[in-house]
Amino acid sequence: MNSAKSTVPFKGTPEQEKELLKVIEEKKNDKGALMPILQKAQEIYGYLPIEVQAIISDNTGIPLEKIYGVVTFYAQFSLYPKGEYTISVCLGTACYVKGSGDIYNKLQEKLGIGGGECTPDGKFSLDACRCIGACGLAPVLTVNEDVYGRLTVDDVDKIIAKYA
Amino acid sequence: MENITVKINGVELEVPKGTTVLEAAHKAGFEIPTLCYMKEINEIGACRICVTEVNEGRGFRLVAGCVYPCSNNMEILTSSPKVIESRKRTLELILSTHDRKCLSCVRSGNCELQKLAKDYGVEDATVYDGVNETYEIDNSAAHMYRDNNKCILCRRCVAVCSKTQGIGVIGANERGFKTYIGSAFDMGLGETSCVSCGQCIAVCPVGALSEKDYTKEVMAAIADPEKTVLVQTAPAVRAGLAECFGNPIGTNAEGKMVAALRRLGFDKVFDTDFAADLTIMEEANEFIERVQNGGKLPLITSCSPGWVKFCEHYFPDMTENLSSCKSPQQMFGATAKTYYAEKMGIDPKNIVMVSIMPCTAKKFEIGRDDQSAAGVPDVDYALTTRELGRMIEHAGILFNSLPEEKFDDPLGISTGAGVIFGATGGVMEAALRTAVHTLTGQTVTDLPEVRGTDGIKEATYKVGDLDVKVCVASGLANAREVLEKVQRGEADYQFIEIMACPGGCVNGGGQPQVPMGIRNFVDIRAERAKVLYNLDKSMPLRQSHDNPAIKKVYEEFFEKPGSHKAHEVLHTSYVKRKVNEI
Repeated sequence: MNSAKSTVPFKGTPEQEKELLKVIEEKKNDKGALMPILQKAQEIYGYLPIEVQAIISDNTGIPLEKIYGVVTFYAQFSLYPKGEYTISVCLGTACYVKGSGDIYNKLQEKLGIGGGECTPDGKFSLDACRCIGACGLAPVLTVNEDVYGRLTVDDVDKIIAKYA
Repeated sequence: MENITVKINGVELEVPKGTTVLEAAHKAGFEIPTLCYMKEINEIGACRICVTEVNEGRGFRLVAGCVYPCSNNMEILTSSPKVIESRKRTLELILSTHDRKCLSCVRSGNCELQKLAKDYGVEDATVYDGVNETYEIDNSAAHMYRDNNKCILCRRCVAVCSKTQGIGVIGANERGFKTYIGSAFDMGLGETSCVSCGQCIAVCPVGALSEKDYTKEVMAAIADPEKTVLVQTAPAVRAGLAECFGNPIGTNAEGKMVAALRRLGFDKVFDTDFAADLTIMEEANEFIERVQNGGKLPLITSCSPGWVKFCEHYFPDMTENLSSCKSPQQMFGATAKTYYAEKMGIDPKNIVMVSIMPCTAKKFEIGRDDQSAAGVPDVDYALTTRELGRMIEHAGILFNSLPEEKFDDPLGISTGAGVIFGATGGVMEAALRTAVHTLTGQTVTDLPEVRGTDGIKEATYKVGDLDVKVCVASGLANAREVLEKVQRGEADYQFIEIMACPGGCVNGGGQPQVPMGIRNFVDIRAERAKVLYNLDKSMPLRQSHDNPAIKKVYEEFFEKPGSHKAHEVLHTSYVKRKVNEI
């Protein structure tokens, strides 16, 4: 178990907090308020770090663990921000049989983060994605809008170096 | 209420509408096994060990007996081949992700999973072995550890933490195969606002949760000739310990417990009840002073360290309401290492003070600040009732054949007021006995209004020309309800007793674990409390202020309740904490 507490430094603004508090005030007495509050919070901040979850806990009385349990249950919520460069590795069937799983693992090792996470300098975030319709180029990954195909594990270093 | 008829294994039975299959079967004399089910607290039908065949006119099918309601003319089969096969399969699946280190597991012998595996003839626990998650053991809390490798995800601990105690610092994280029970952001339990009540341990069916065991350290101290090893036993321990040795719930173990402690080699076997009497002297005095001098009211008791920590985290604005009295455990240690050490000419550094407690929060309490009257910790080791049970077992002491023995003098002398401290309402009753006597000279003993297992009790007593409004709460969700009422100005109590565990210390987090199949049908709080109230009734002295040892300790050492010396030794301070420390 890696503690999910330490990640990219939190850069929330007072404006964002004000907006979140307004949402909480509006919704907190509704039944099942947590999901819509979390969705709004993620819209505001882009992700749900401990600082944001603690604001929600302190202002709704919902235990932090309960909030964290919901956030880690649903794939729609993220504990990590998106990096300056978002790397998406296709784990669709064609890419997977062509070895994209190894590429994904190599990226995790190289960047020192797991899937869904962001490097502490905020530079790279890493995701797995479903088929992006470029099966002819399998295995495929994208960095923001750039597409890289017919990859081998050895290409990973070069690609990262381009953006670092 | 409307009644319906069901047929269970051929036995016809009338039950009220809404009765579950499990309850109906129990009434008919058939046990349906459960793992996740806790009556009214965790009715989630998740573990599927309770599956039972029912026929509601469309043929037999399997349902979760713990939550499925009976319908009229329902036929129920609780142990058909299909039922047995399904339960066995479920057990095999649970065991496939369970760390099966049963040989040395702390729960071996009273593990609910182990018993089921035996009952259902699971001969090969490895049939479904495959990829497994492994988890680090969480040792961060002062009082306990969590070993998720043994966790079966029944969620009883989660339910008791959030519903009974209103805290919710543990819950299910992630999903599917990766699901585990833990705290937010994988913080260790010790980093959260956990109050150390240990109710999660008391309800854990397996060895995933347990107190930190200090029995080896205590045995080493006993073996050290340099050390004088004193032991004190909390009131509720005598109401639970006998269960460790196969005796029925509600057996009084006092005499045999004393005999066992002596045979374990403790130099003196003393009674926390003495310190409970001392607490009453100080607390009743504090109450009277606050009432007469316009001090902060309501005064709230401070005997329960789980409650104290809860107050610090969740009601930091009310810590001034807490009595400044140390808990009886700490008062005992403080008195032993000052008054008794001086009297006997022992250097307090050479005294090892061991306490036997029904409580896990006591393990946290001994490490708090402002709990070392003699410059060394008041108490060195706080063991649970369960740990004492294990020590007795390891030492090969035949508990059930021990003679009944008496506590040592002078710190083993106590009254009926001290012994009822272990049940909800007991501290209030004991304090009122002494407060009434101090204010009016009258003697009151039985106060039935504050007895019983209700989570919240209220009463008003006429004391001289004073109307004293009191409230007693046990279980922290109930405590929260009471305190919120006080904060909203809807209640004007002068005196509140709060115990963290439902029913008080008799049902503490350090008491012997009782299988949920029994707990769901027997009120262990009431059964154990009876032991204490019967003891109170049988004692010649039932008022703390009549305790001759207490009179003497004031004459020789503390002068009078609330004196400067008493404050130095017997009182403490609190800190304000947050709910979410991030």
